[in-house]
Order: sequence, then C-alpha cells, then structure tokens
Amino acid sequence: MKLQQLSLFLENRPGRLDAPLEAIAAEGINILTLSLADTAQFGILRLIVREWDKAKRVLEQAGWVVNLTEVVAVDVLDRPGGLATVLKILDGAGLNIEYMYAYSLRRGDKAILIFRFEDPDRAIQVLLDQGLHVVDGDELMSVAAA
Amino acid sequence: MPVPNPSPDPSPDWSSEHPIWNPTAETLPRAAREALQLERLRALVGRVARVPFYRDLFAHREIGPHSIRSLADLRRLPFTTKDDMRRQHPLGFLAVPRRDLARIHGSSGTTGKPTFVAYTAGDLRIWSELCARFLVAGGLRPEHTTQVAFGYGLFTGGFGLHYGIERVGATVIPAAAGNTRRQIEIMRDLDPEVLICTPSYALTIADAARELGMDPRALPIRFGHFGGEPWTEDMRREIEDQLDIAAFNNYGLSEVIGPGVSGECAARTGMHLQEDHFLVECLDPETLEPVPEGEPGELVITTLTREAMPMIRYRTRDIARLYREPCPCGRTTTRMSRVAGRTDDMLIIRGVNVFPSQIEEALLRVEGTTPHYLIEVSRPGTLDEVHVKVEIHPEIFSDRMDRMQAVCERISREIQTVAGIRAHVDLVEPRSIERFVGKARRVLDTRGLSERDS
Repeated sequence: MKLQQLSLFLENRPGRLDAPLEAIAAEGINILTLSLADTAQFGILRLIVREWDKAKRVLEQAGWVVNLTEVVAVDVLDRPGGLATVLKILDGAGLNIEYMYAYSLRRGDKAILIFRFEDPDRAIQVLLDQGLHVVDGDELMSVAAA
Repeated sequence: MPVPNPSPDPSPDWSSEHPIWNPTAETLPRAAREALQLERLRALVGRVARVPFYRDLFAHREIGPHSIRSLADLRRLPFTTKDDMRRQHPLGFLAVPRRDLARIHGSSGTTGKPTFVAYTAGDLRIWSELCARFLVAGGLRPEHTTQVAFGYGLFTGGFGLHYGIERVGATVIPAAAGNTRRQIEIMRDLDPEVLICTPSYALTIADAARELGMDPRALPIRFGHFGGEPWTEDMRREIEDQLDIAAFNNYGLSEVIGPGVSGECAARTGMHLQEDHFLVECLDPETLEPVPEGEPGELVITTLTREAMPMIRYRTRDIARLYREPCPCGRTTTRMSRVAGRTDDMLIIRGVNVFPSQIEEALLRVEGTTPHYLIEVSRPGTLDEVHVKVEIHPEIFSDRMDRMQAVCERISREIQTVAGIRAHVDLVEPRSIERFVGKARRVLDTRGLSERDS
C-alpha cells in the first residue's frame, strides 16, 4: 500500500532542477508527481516515479544524494471539506503528518493526496478502518495511464 | 656600565603640541637602549629558569645568563610557539609562585580553550604604562574623556586600555562592547572626545548613528585608538571620514602582554615599539633568519620585563615590517608597519582568533558531514560574516525540511562551541566544493585585509 518516494538535495540556484529531471527522462522514466520544498539556500525535490529503483540508481550515479521514503496516497473527495475530513481522522488517531502534497491527476470526483507520515503503517490502518481509500502503486500508475 | 632606568615617574610635557608620556624611555638614545636591553635580557634568561619548559631547553643547550654577552646572542635562544603554550596549559609558563599573580587573562585557542596569560602587580603597572605611552602618542590628554567599547573580560583589550587611560589621568567610561544604540546615547550624554574599540566596531557605531537619523560626524568623538583585529589604510580613511575623527592604530597580543606592544604617534608612519620592554625581531618565517630592514617578516617577541609569564622569542605569526630610521616625533624607538598578514592560516573574525582546523573539528562532531568544506569570510557591511559551506552526504540528508534545518543548526552550534563564532551553515550539493591536489584551500576571505601598507 505504501509508495516509494525519492528525495533529492538541490541547491537553491537557477537551473538546478533541470539536471536531475533530464537524467531520469533520458532513461525513459516518467515522473508521476513531484513536490519541491525549499529554503533560501537549498531545496528538497521529492519524486514519485514508476521505476523508482532504476531512477535512484541513475541519480546516484550522476552524483546526487538520494533518499528513499515510504509515503501514502489517499483518495480525498474533491469538494469543500474533503481534505478536512481526512485530516480530522488523522488528528483523532494522533498521527503526525510530516508533509503532504497533491498528486497531479484526479480521478472522477476524487483528488489524490500524498502523505508523509512518521508511522505510515499505522496511518494506513487508521485510514482503512475509517473507510477511506488508500491508493497503491499499481492503481496510481493506472490513473496516470488512463 | 650604568644603565638608566627608563620607567620611573614619567614627566610628560603637556604644554608641547605632541607630548611624550615617558620621554626618558621613549627617546632613549640607541646605545643606551641596547645596553638596557642587554642587561634585561641577561636577567630574563636567569629568571625563566623557573619555568620547566625553558629550564629543560636551556639545560639541553647549556644556556644561562653567561651565554648572553651581546644582544646578538639572543639568536642562541630557542623559540616559543603558541603550541608550546597550549602544551603547558593552563599555567605551565608561570615564572612566579601562583600567589604572586594579580590577574589572569586569556586568548582564544584552536581547541576552544583559552590560552591563559598571567600578570603580577608589577606586570600590570608596566602594562598600564605601555598603554599610556601609545594613548598619549595618539593624542590622549588628562582632561579627555574616553569611551572604551572593547570587551571587558578574559580579552586583554578592555582592561588593558582602561588602566592605561587611568594611568594618563584621563576619564574612562567603561561602556564595554555591544549595545550600539546605548554607546551613542552615552556619547551624547557625556561628550567623550576619545573612542577605543575595534576598527570594525567604529564603523558599526557610524552605521547605527545614521539609522537613528543622526550624522555620525556630529558625534563628540575627536579621535580613536583602534586595534584587536587587522585593518587596512582604506578602513582608516573610511572611519576618519564617516566619524570625522583621527584614527590611530595600536598593536599587541595577549601572549606577550596585550595591547601596548606598539602604537602610532601623530606622524602615523608606523607603530612605535616599546623596546625597553620588548626585544622584537623580524624573521623570515621559513629560514628564521632576520629579513633586511623594511622587508616583511614574522615578528618574534621576547618580553624583557614580564614577571609572571616571560616569553623567550615568541613567534607571533604576524607579518610586518620594521623601520629604524628616526621619526619626526622625537621618539627613538623602532617602528613596525601594520600587520600585513599571518604566517599560519589563522583568521581574525570580529576580534576572535579562528583557525580552519576548528571549523573542521566542529564538523567532525556532526556525523555524516564530509571532509569537504569551505569557509567564506566577508564583510558585507561593517562586521565580519562567516559562511561555512558543507557538502551534503546521504547520512545527513533527509526528505524532511525540519531535519535538514536541524542539521544546519547543529553544525552552527558546534562551530560556536569550538571556535566561538557564529557562522551561517550552507549545505551544498556533492562535489560542488573545488577539490585540490595537496593542501586544500579551505578559506575564501573577501575582506581584503591582506593588502600591504600604502
């Protein structure tokens, strides 16, 4: 149920984002979604790709420092209060969200959000218990392919 | 031959346009001065036998007072280095019983521990006398009020200058360093004519005055004695222009006494060395042979009168030039140029001595930092700023921003602990710091302090 997310360290300078994206594009690896967190000095690029192990190898060989993290994708109703409902459930279970970002594609009336939890396994359990839909890797790929 | 004692009660002629604090000592003819130096050197060699470090070295080389027949015999004596002092930490260099100490100061060292310097009551009297000499040479009169914006503490600057000013009979305001707005309020309330601080702090005061909507040139200060960090002629012009004052340079280092080793007179053609208390050599740092007069070399200082912690041929690592031709001011002493550089890689940042090895030590304390780092020192405004660039490594990289910021803060805290300075930590991409074959260049100093005297 968990997704593998690649994180890259980048300096916060013009053009720094191009090189890693080109490196994985050259290998024919498609990026499903990405998010960028930054300070004035540096940024952390987070990527979800189809072939994460190959992408990791390619990036590391090219000299980037790459970190692998498990994240959780959750279906959220794309209407006012949709996200609030999920957050309330997580809050109620005492689950801490390290960060989150939206998946670039939607599915019908649902948006997909990517969550980074301290404890992803327990988060998945709580979400499933509450009847929410946790999107796994294959399903995510199929959304992209559709 | 009888030797005149040059430091009894000084009798400055205050009616003169440029008085001399201790005319007997400061205008001693060369021959008489050398006779005095020789007598004091011979006595010193006898006295330092109480220091185990020197006793062992002298025993090994069969050196004693009898070995010193002329000043040229100084060259038979061994050198003393900062490392020697560290190895004798904390007070291994004492030449008097501990109960005879009147005060202990300290300077920053590479291990984060200060190097202690001890003084007897006699040392403190001489220190005040030496500070009085350069203060008067640079315009101080008993009727003046002086604001001391140097740190008061282990650092020798605050107390050294404080007692020198009192010795002259002038008024001291011990404002101490920091709280710039209050410094300006004190100036407006008490009208001091004289300012004592680091040259960079003088510029900070000027900036702060402008921020308060005041013209710094309208402040009551008429002249200042600046020291404690290297500075340039350009900086002197800037200070003089911004504050509308005359800026005088002085030199000293805590290992031999503190401020008071030398200072400028009104002619400002170099700093007069107090040669009745210090024997100063200017040597090629590689060959340790004297350089020709006027050429740059490392200053090596022997303390002729220090009681608590005498130093034999202390290697200052400061590069300067010596000039022996007479000065129009009437003083007969040798003058030294501004310090134009260091023989080692020591940096002076906001008055704190910092070695790149300290930054390295701080990085080693944080697991996962690479051996690749670069220290960038700049002076964007009036104060020094340090950025330490550290290459990212898988061990310290996290997808979480809070953890990454915690790593930067942790490195910064270690640097503060080890080196005593606040540094900005910039994480950079792997292999982005230039690699060097052989000795790596760890420091990029863009302050432009190493330029030669103009």
